[in-house]
Amino acid sequence: MNASQSHIVTLENVTKHFGAVRALGGVDLKVHAGECLGLVGHNGAGKSTLMNVLAGTLSPDHGILGIHGADLSGRYNVKAAGENGIRCVFQELSLCPNLTVAENARIFHPTLTGFGWKRRAGNMIREKLDEIFPGHGVHPDNVIGDLSIGKRQMVEIARAFTSTGAPLHLVILDEPTSSLDAVTSGQLLDFVRKVVNQGLSCILISHVLGEVLSYCDRIVVMKDGLVVETRPGADFTRDTLVAAMGNVVEQEEIEEHERREIQRGTTPIVVEARSDAQRDGAALVAHRGEIIGLAGLAGHGQTRMLLKVYDAAMRKRKSLKVDGPVALVAGDRQTDGIFHLWSISQNVGVRSLQSMIRHGLIDPDAEAALGRAWQARIKIRTPDMNDNILSLSGGNQQKALFARALASDAEIILMDDPMRGVDVGTKLEVYDLIREEAEKGRTFLWYTTETDELYNCDHTYVFRDGVIVADLPRDQLSEEKILHSSFKESA
Amino acid sequence: MTFVTQLSQKAWIWSFVGMFMVWLATAVYTGGKGSADVISAALSFATFTVIVGIGQMFVITTGPGNVDLSIPSTISLSGAVAMKIMDGSNGMLVVGFAISMACGLAVGLFNYTLIRVLRIPPIIATLSSSFLILSTAIAYGRGLKIKPPPLLAEFTTAQILGVPVLAIVIIMFAAVMSIVLHRTFYGRAVLAIGQNARAAWLAGINVERIRFMTYVLSALLAALCGFFLSGFSGGASLNMGQEYLLASIAVVVIGGTSVAGGKSNVPGIWGAAMFMFLLVTMLNTFGASAGIRLIMTGLIIVAVITIAGGEEA
Repeated sequence: MNASQSHIVTLENVTKHFGAVRALGGVDLKVHAGECLGLVGHNGAGKSTLMNVLAGTLSPDHGILGIHGADLSGRYNVKAAGENGIRCVFQELSLCPNLTVAENARIFHPTLTGFGWKRRAGNMIREKLDEIFPGHGVHPDNVIGDLSIGKRQMVEIARAFTSTGAPLHLVILDEPTSSLDAVTSGQLLDFVRKVVNQGLSCILISHVLGEVLSYCDRIVVMKDGLVVETRPGADFTRDTLVAAMGNVVEQEEIEEHERREIQRGTTPIVVEARSDAQRDGAALVAHRGEIIGLAGLAGHGQTRMLLKVYDAAMRKRKSLKVDGPVALVAGDRQTDGIFHLWSISQNVGVRSLQSMIRHGLIDPDAEAALGRAWQARIKIRTPDMNDNILSLSGGNQQKALFARALASDAEIILMDDPMRGVDVGTKLEVYDLIREEAEKGRTFLWYTTETDELYNCDHTYVFRDGVIVADLPRDQLSEEKILHSSFKESA
Repeated sequence: MTFVTQLSQKAWIWSFVGMFMVWLATAVYTGGKGSADVISAALSFATFTVIVGIGQMFVITTGPGNVDLSIPSTISLSGAVAMKIMDGSNGMLVVGFAISMACGLAVGLFNYTLIRVLRIPPIIATLSSSFLILSTAIAYGRGLKIKPPPLLAEFTTAQILGVPVLAIVIIMFAAVMSIVLHRTFYGRAVLAIGQNARAAWLAGINVERIRFMTYVLSALLAALCGFFLSGFSGGASLNMGQEYLLASIAVVVIGGTSVAGGKSNVPGIWGAAMFMFLLVTMLNTFGASAGIRLIMTGLIIVAVITIAGGEEA
């Protein structure tokens, strides 16, 4: 890879403002042919905005935008991006939920017309899915709305790599692995490496620094709307990368956590739940103050288990034991979490309305105070908590959902893979927050697709095909064990 | 931000702008003669539209597909039953009112049962229940030629300095409902459900209970409207609710409530109800024939919704 090779994209001094908020403050970026470019930075650093500019969905306020050496500033849009072979997989999935996988694939390919277009589109997307994610379990006739968020993400990714007319030059992947489990993430990254070696370029945005470090040729670090570092991937280590992003690494956590570990069973049981498919009587058990991990491949019944516990608590069902009020942190924030017409404060406060009632009415001051308190505590990056929730970047929206649950009166907190799109620094802070709350007696049920996060848990249940297949205390936890249980028989 | 631009961002302002422009056009045409009386009449008639409009607003706010089409028949049933029970006697006023509310409660329960238990879409459920309700009113129809108790008739037509007393009461009621919408758990829950029912459930809101309360509220307000309306117009009739089918929905939408749910306001309903009445008055004053009047009404409503909707986007 040398610099004399042609540049697919050249950005010079690109700026973008949203009202008073500066999202991009003069960004320079070059993407060479046949390279995998990693893009890292905190939530709200401007990564997604920059990618929207590249995809043509946002036009920059100022700056030069060159594609294949031609200056397209001011004339660039989604259509131009498509004609120049630039595709983007957005963090907020952009598939039409009421259409099938095949129909969604067709939207990108205007040349697929005439008799049997649906079959041809279906074949095209299935071949690509087979190529990237062997054993994906998605059928072209599946309606998107019925698929789990992980499967939707797989379809979205596969669709971006299909091509009919114009040749493909650059695929932008914005947090592609945040909804994928360890196995499918690995499949995707290996595929990316393969196509990059064949001459395609990719931009990979990820908060999982390990992915960026081991798969990218070059890494660009963004901070507060600016590019602050650009270096070959091999020149970075995890620590220097985190330092470049601008926060102090806290590596103490895991050892300290092991000391904290409480003797299981010394506190009363607050949750005891069995999935319907479970034949052997194994149950998910949580004692007060424990952090319980739900692991396994994505979509193997973990979310269903959380919803079952939630349902039982809300409807006061006796079928399973749930002792105390519950709150849920949604991972699929568009579908399960955000109220898009409301301010950030209102979104944070909705679970705590009962506690804000003074003289029979909701006190707006109490609501604003709660919002401010959590803005400080969980560092929601916004000039004004009264701004609409959608003014926040994805990771910050997720923080607002965390604040909603943690601010509530819930004693049991259910987390449905809640760290999608949250940056490293914030994650560490949230982990601390969770541990702090657990010590105060709150119980956490935590479904995660990131194996590293399970080391924060006191106890982990591994799910496969909707049932619990392994039951691991903290000291027996290992990635191999989880993968092994996830695949037993089925592999 | 100046006061004017701030005001122009309120969804409800457009119904008042429309109302004022229509009133002004009428006043200019007649040379200002009787302009005050027109306002007084508009207040009287708009009052009834506002009562049902508020109920419809809460229903529509709970999200796409939610609408109460049984309002007209509930008005008729409530009026007919109340008139029959009271039989023109002041002494029975309280009983009559209670029975009228009971009718509303029964309709609300029935509607919700169809929607929830039988899983019928609200638009079909309330439409079919409206046939049942109207049939009940017809079967019960002997109350139709009975005069209302004098006290009720007096109250519903009374004016203070040209302002109808009932309108004052309902303006205060609207203020209370506005507080209910924005400052109570129920109101917030309705707004949340309208945006995303699943997220609302996962945020700890009992979605079905709130929907139940909303359909009951709408039916109760329709019954209240029927009670006052039969006092106002000297007795109940079977088709007295008819015009409120379209009117209840139109005032909600013109008033700035989002048909997609999750966003609504109460003041706009008053502005829109006044606007609708004044619009017809204006066309009458201009001497438009019935056909022209209907066409113009339709076009102007579309225009107002387009302008108001465009400002929000």
